[in-house]
Amino acid sequence: MKQSLGKTLLAALAVIAVGCSSSQATPTAAPVTGAPVTQASATTAAASQAAAWQGKDDGTKLTMWTRAATEARARPIVQAYNASHKNQIDLTVVPTDDYQAKVGAAAGAGGLPDLFSADVVFMPNWTSAGLFTDITSRINSLPFLDKIAPAHIKVSTWQGKEYGLPFVIDLSIWMYNKKLFKQAGLDPDKPPTTLGEFEADARAVAKLGGNIHGTFFGGNCGGCEVFTWWPIAWADGQQVMNADGTQSLLNSDENKAIYKVFRDMVNDGTVLMPDSKTETGPTWTGYFLKGNIGIMPWPATLVGVENPSLSLSDVGITPIAGVNGGQSTFVGGDAVGISRDSKVVDQAWNFLAWLEGDDAQINVIAKQGSVVARSDLANNQYTATDPRLVLFNQIAAKGQTPFALKFGQTFNDPNGPWLVLLREAVFGDPSKIDADNNALNASLQP
Amino acid sequence: MATTRTPAKPSLLVSWLGWRRFRQVQGIGYAVPVAVYVVVLFVMPLLLVGRMSLSDWQLLTGDRGVNFPRDFTSFSTNTLFWPAVVFTIEYTILVTILLIGLGLGLALVVQESGRWVGFLRTSFLLPGAIGLATASLLAWGFYSPSIGPISPPLEQLGLINSPIQFLGTSLSSLLSTTLLIVWKYSGFYMLILLVGLQSISPEVLEAAALDGAGRWQIFRYITLPLLRPSLALSLILCITGSLLAFDQFYILTKGGPDNTTITVVQLIYREAFQRTNLGTAAALSIMVLAVLLVLNVFQFRGLRFGRAG
Repeated sequence: MKQSLGKTLLAALAVIAVGCSSSQATPTAAPVTGAPVTQASATTAAASQAAAWQGKDDGTKLTMWTRAATEARARPIVQAYNASHKNQIDLTVVPTDDYQAKVGAAAGAGGLPDLFSADVVFMPNWTSAGLFTDITSRINSLPFLDKIAPAHIKVSTWQGKEYGLPFVIDLSIWMYNKKLFKQAGLDPDKPPTTLGEFEADARAVAKLGGNIHGTFFGGNCGGCEVFTWWPIAWADGQQVMNADGTQSLLNSDENKAIYKVFRDMVNDGTVLMPDSKTETGPTWTGYFLKGNIGIMPWPATLVGVENPSLSLSDVGITPIAGVNGGQSTFVGGDAVGISRDSKVVDQAWNFLAWLEGDDAQINVIAKQGSVVARSDLANNQYTATDPRLVLFNQIAAKGQTPFALKFGQTFNDPNGPWLVLLREAVFGDPSKIDADNNALNASLQP
Repeated sequence: MATTRTPAKPSLLVSWLGWRRFRQVQGIGYAVPVAVYVVVLFVMPLLLVGRMSLSDWQLLTGDRGVNFPRDFTSFSTNTLFWPAVVFTIEYTILVTILLIGLGLGLALVVQESGRWVGFLRTSFLLPGAIGLATASLLAWGFYSPSIGPISPPLEQLGLINSPIQFLGTSLSSLLSTTLLIVWKYSGFYMLILLVGLQSISPEVLEAAALDGAGRWQIFRYITLPLLRPSLALSLILCITGSLLAFDQFYILTKGGPDNTTITVVQLIYREAFQRTNLGTAAALSIMVLAVLLVLNVFQFRGLRFGRAG
């Protein structure tokens, strides 16, 4: 009785052991199928060269993580990849606020997934922590490399090596209400081209009175102002930090002039108060949708804008401009890379190469109304329906993504020094800006 | 060896150890599962946190070596540390007074039996069934100037001009959060004090009434002293819980406006997950633990003296 029990146990253990070891499908030795349609003749050499930059598509199971904030756009991309490839990606969506903690825990345990995306401003921190695989040579082998919006790749570069590519792109633009412009006596087809014109237009709309206001901003949300004010400085050719993100230039005269514009608008009632002062971020975009704000910065998308209070035909867009003109945008969103724990780098690369290719950019990303990463695809059959969408795509190439190792704790932290500085500059005592900037510098040190 | 009645043949273990030793081993055997549970889930994590507080331990890159005492001294340069401590203490005092006072009052109301008492008890206790994070999210929606339901009808009636900013200033944030906590936890403390009230023998109260004591005198000289164990328990729970307040402030105000409603536990969370420094977060946790240990030792003493008195 005891002996047969022991044998059964041993047998069961053996079965379990075999089952566990073969949980990952072993990649076959078959070469890549399906070279992309190119002008070059399909010689063997060309075919194998094309195959090399695409990685391997051989039925491997890949694991991927992404933030909940970008889920709506990430899922269709992964589904389209799975539908057209032998490799299959198993996508896990992690709540945004838990993402950094979960990645940190997995990094410590050596259990990062094959692919994972990151909020673009966290890339310097995560690449320097060694969480990603170096894909510099693979990126350089992409035939359309020079057409990919450079901001995400640049911010994913650490010590000369590149670790990430654009996944989901979020840009900022100025969005204005054409109906209110007309009512205020402004030309709805001539949006502002400088910060001064923005201010004047906002004031004109605010004079309409009632519950109509000129503009709005999230005054208790550090990330909101990073997204919407920094492009103003960039459009003027100014900077907000030094190149390696260890010194803040946010108390420069140029930046102080920008804060003053918003401060003046707060003080004369152009800005919707006190909501601007208390808005911590979750509802900052909702105010424009109610149809009683003249012009305000907004994410570069038209998805979800149309509602009973606001018709899509009344929505005008224009790039964010500086004090002296120019155009810029904050190139935010998520970058994606291959983790350092991945054992199937070639297969994971197959997804990244496909992601930046024509098929994914046009038939998935442009189709869902999102901004494409390829400047040569800005004009496609989906954006052709609306010139505003073409403008979104074109502005990406003019934008920047700021680089700082300690970005999150300095600029996103609701208790961090950036929020203190901007609130002092706009709602408090502007003479304290320099002192607040010292706290910023202290926080940016590596 | 039994003389009068021979029990069934003793097991191998008993005959080997002898009866007394067997009883000892049996006792240890019953305690082992709990001991394992305590060691694995309590002692080991505590030791790990202690180890973290002595090291430069980062969230993404792990243990980078011992750096004692830098994790502890780093708080001398943290400008949010003392404001957070002061605010947490202020909040604790405010909420404890309100919760114990209200709990006692509600308990006195519902201790009688009556038609509506069952309904009242349930309705006071019901908010305790929702998790604190859920209740905080609900309150956030309630208090929001853009989507909250309180301001629109008041605006329509012309009583106010623009939405009420419940979380607009540090005072209104403190009061709005306190309102949430009082709504949620009054029932719980009512329950504890109700049990204490009902354990007071009615004969004692009758005797006092017969001796000519007024209602207030009975309350002050008989009810309150006999309630001391329940009151001490409520105090321990309330003070410890309030010193560790996090969920409600993190969700409602995130420590704002202008860092005026930061609590100590929020600082710990921030150190760990915003500044990705597990070492300093662990150091702060150890400091909070030490304070709570001291506080609870004193409170338990008060509980024991209450019983003896």
